[in-house]
Amino acid sequence: MLEINPWVIFFAAIFTNNMIMSNFLGMCSFIAVSSEIKTSMSLGQAVTFVLAFTTLLNYLVYHYLLVPLQIEHLRFIVFIIVIAAFVQVLEMLIDRYFPALYQALGIFLPLITVNCAIMGVSLFIIIRNYNLMQSMAFGIGSGIGWTLAIVAMAGIRQKIKNNPIPKGLEGPGITIIITGLMALAFIGFSGIVQIQ
Amino acid sequence: MASKTQKLIHMGLIKDNPIFRQILGICSALAVTNVMMNSLIMGIGLMFVTAFSSLTVSIIRKYTPKHIRMMVQTLIIASFVIVVDIFLKAYMPEMSKALGPYVGLIITNCIIMGRAESYAQNNPPLASFIDGMAMGAGYAVVLLAIATVRELLGFGSLFGFDVLGPNWVDWTLMIMPPGAFFMLGIVIWITRNIFPDQAATDVKGGGK
Repeated sequence: MLEINPWVIFFAAIFTNNMIMSNFLGMCSFIAVSSEIKTSMSLGQAVTFVLAFTTLLNYLVYHYLLVPLQIEHLRFIVFIIVIAAFVQVLEMLIDRYFPALYQALGIFLPLITVNCAIMGVSLFIIIRNYNLMQSMAFGIGSGIGWTLAIVAMAGIRQKIKNNPIPKGLEGPGITIIITGLMALAFIGFSGIVQIQ
Repeated sequence: MASKTQKLIHMGLIKDNPIFRQILGICSALAVTNVMMNSLIMGIGLMFVTAFSSLTVSIIRKYTPKHIRMMVQTLIIASFVIVVDIFLKAYMPEMSKALGPYVGLIITNCIIMGRAESYAQNNPPLASFIDGMAMGAGYAVVLLAIATVRELLGFGSLFGFDVLGPNWVDWTLMIMPPGAFFMLGIVIWITRNIFPDQAATDVKGGGK
């Protein structure tokens, strides 16, 4: 196992290995929800929160349950159940104890189960063989990176809302092209740190 | 029957194409299209999973309680993805490594869930199977189209065979993430102009 400082992984996950800009994960909700800064921010927070916990849970489940039982190949099913169950429980807890927060995040929580960024991070920590601290750093960093990208995108989309856009390119088309330009800018970070 | 099959295939390939019409499942469409071989394998894998999970969902649709059908569908899809993953690991270990987490992410690919929910849930098994195949094919075709341009410009080759000769200067940008975004944007632009959709001109950036 490569010993990389968790902080290096944390910053790499935000900038150089950004979930959207270099791994293309979580694109569906990135395109569907990025029309307003406020909602993007809420979704970003929800994703970061869920990522932090599901990464931890999936790490523990994989290394202390699946590996000893030698059923690693079932990890896809197990991970998706862990994620779905966690999101469900979280939704109920927030609804019960933090009604104000539920108002803000409520509708996004079910969306998160099918967000591939969540599943992707859990699969990356297995493939890259991260230890517990590295996994946590990667999970939280990825969440923050994802939030950064979607909020930046929402800011741009609010600006261009009333601009004329070529036919056929409206909506998702132009969003993807802008994402490409943002990804170009993110390449500028690649000199800072490099993981894998 | 023949005309119905044709209609389903036409829907999957063009009219309701999952990528450029419904903007579903584009995560993997962007990630694996740097080389044609990866895209081909990914497309075939997705076709297999969509077709068989639609078939299974359709067969058991009358016995599945409505409120837990999402969970059942997810488990069915996950089982087929595991089959694909084990197959790739056993027979194409190199490919399995190259595709990395994106094989597992077929589970969260909205195309499959979308088809199960909107078509297989209400239609007989055979039609659902063909519908799944057609949607998977629509996905594979777009993936291959993007990969053709990206590999040709990025490496000067097709399926790994050198096409453009030794004097070709690789466009490194094409195989990096921005190239993927630009190509997908252009594909959406072109296809939406060629096949304008009168019924739903206000297609939102749908997806889950």
